[in-house]
Amino acid sequence: MAVLTDHPAATPARRHQRTARTLATRFLGYATLVFFGLVFLYPFVIQIGNALKTEPDAAANPLSPFPDPLTLAGFERIFAGTNFPLWLGNSLLVTVLVTIGRVFFDSLAGYALARLRFRGRGGLFAAVIAVMAVPGVVLLIPKFLVLNQLGLYNSYAGLVVPLLADAAGVFIMKQFFESIPVSVEEAARIDGASIFRTFWSVVLPMAKPALITLTILSFQGSWNEFPHSLVSVQDPDLFTLPRGLADLVSGSLGKGTQYPLKLGAALLATIPVAIIFVVFQRYFVRDANDGSDKG
Amino acid sequence: MATETLTAEATAGGGGPRRRRGGIRSNENLAGWLFVAPVIVILGLFLLLPILMALWVSLTDWNGQGSPFTGDVPFVGGHNYTQLFTEDGLARRDFMTSIRNNIYYVAIVVPAQTVLALGLALVVNNRMLKGKSFFRSAFYFPSVTSSVAISVVFLFLFANSGAVNSLLGFVGIDGPEWFADSRGVLHLLFGAVGVDSPPAALADGGPFGLTWWDWLAGPSVAMISIITLVVWTTSGTFMLMFLAGLQNVPVTLDEASTLDGASRWQRFRYVTLPMIRPTMFLVLTLGMIGSWQVFDQVYVMSQGDPAKTTLTPAYLSYRTAFRDFDYGSGAAISFVLFLIIIVLTLIQRRALAERNTDRPRRGWRRRRVPEGS
Repeated sequence: MAVLTDHPAATPARRHQRTARTLATRFLGYATLVFFGLVFLYPFVIQIGNALKTEPDAAANPLSPFPDPLTLAGFERIFAGTNFPLWLGNSLLVTVLVTIGRVFFDSLAGYALARLRFRGRGGLFAAVIAVMAVPGVVLLIPKFLVLNQLGLYNSYAGLVVPLLADAAGVFIMKQFFESIPVSVEEAARIDGASIFRTFWSVVLPMAKPALITLTILSFQGSWNEFPHSLVSVQDPDLFTLPRGLADLVSGSLGKGTQYPLKLGAALLATIPVAIIFVVFQRYFVRDANDGSDKG
Repeated sequence: MATETLTAEATAGGGGPRRRRGGIRSNENLAGWLFVAPVIVILGLFLLLPILMALWVSLTDWNGQGSPFTGDVPFVGGHNYTQLFTEDGLARRDFMTSIRNNIYYVAIVVPAQTVLALGLALVVNNRMLKGKSFFRSAFYFPSVTSSVAISVVFLFLFANSGAVNSLLGFVGIDGPEWFADSRGVLHLLFGAVGVDSPPAALADGGPFGLTWWDWLAGPSVAMISIITLVVWTTSGTFMLMFLAGLQNVPVTLDEASTLDGASRWQRFRYVTLPMIRPTMFLVLTLGMIGSWQVFDQVYVMSQGDPAKTTLTPAYLSYRTAFRDFDYGSGAAISFVLFLIIIVLTLIQRRALAERNTDRPRRGWRRRRVPEGS
């Protein structure tokens, strides 16, 4: 504190200079925020605007967010002229099944790794950490091979079963279970509850925040999942939304045309995740910060 | 809390290891394995087993017909690997082109997203600004959306008469036909200083079947649009990591250095940056690991075109297997890619382990510096 009074900053002239600098900093700060806010959000504004335009209008005024004239023709063609409803149904089915499976299986395994003492636990946890490092893109051919061999290629089972558990989810749940006090479950166990009963009725209700985080991550991950559907199915009747969308852009419609339709379809595919993001934001943020802890 | 843990330990561990066999921990061995069984089965069946299967296939010339695990499939040993490195031919040319493309991709994406993420984090972390949480969400939002959906949007933005070219038109620049332009950015720069055709020294000869001139092409104009998309989508995630790191920089330290007359740049350079070095390292390595895996965007936006300048190893392995039905070569490419990524991951994990042993020293500095001022 003694330093503060000694410091020349206390003289009026300096103080004035500092206020001016603070104002300038603030202005610069807001200018940066607004500029990058536009950079990060305006593409979505353009997407919405152009999805509601006619094709010539979208080609002539790509930057303008205002459709002139406003038309729903693009959306009508999405539902009438493409398999969009089918993709939507498939995506919903896959996402719901994968999310339920991941939340259940990952928390079971996370609990066992955090609390139960069984032979081989240390090795298993090391394996989970190792598996987390396996990059998804090198699994494209391997996954196809095993699905083909097991007769699951081109089936709903092939689309869903391989995604039912993931190492990162197990890791998140284990970390969480380790953070809650052990006394409550010990009490339940002494009262004679079985291990599964203790887990199900005592521990899981306490793990709500972690379960919400995992549910959101699984939902987002499986809703957006693209490479897996690329190597597990070929039949257009089994396409999920990202797969159908990719097909729409690179194949069936050809390049450079029908942008209102394509942007509209991409928009519809983005909306569910956007809603969840807005509602459950803090759980997304928690995930990214966890990332910096676990590495 | 402390007492709870104590009692728990007393009940659980009080009897020592002998007790564990009886009492409430009797069936933990069985229960433990039952609890992890579903995850083991799924990951084993759809992750470990397939990797072994692909390792076998990478040693064969399987063409997708029938099962790769019968005697009919020609076994070729390491040929699928050697043709990527030592034999002159299309396979090596394509592979080395994809490696070149990805190196340039990494060289731009990693620094760009790191600088952007750090810059955004510094602004969002500024205590004097309001409405930061809105902007934080706005910057992060692209990271959670579908890579395919966002690629569709960027196809439109970078279309010939798209938004990016309209913007460039405002400042009088005639934008390129992004996805048809295979010219390398470095070649364009060389052209700008008058070197239009390769000098004789670079035109023929060069490592791994590509000429020096080809290696020095730089990312193509088409690749730049993919790079823009990726930097735009990933910066938000890394910004959040930097924000978490910045929260470890004690406010007192920043204030102390301000009072000592340090300029804004000096504070950033000598106070903030050293304090967030671990986060910086994490962001850099995660960025490198991630950018060797670029696939979805290439699949949707360019399929490796134009003139193979957006081909990446991940996409090449997919194309070789599923379009050319050369599963052996495709699998071999994935394993080389696997190796690259694993090496990067090991470097990262080793450094993170060192960072953890670093902690006491950082704690010492944290206490020490405010006292000293």
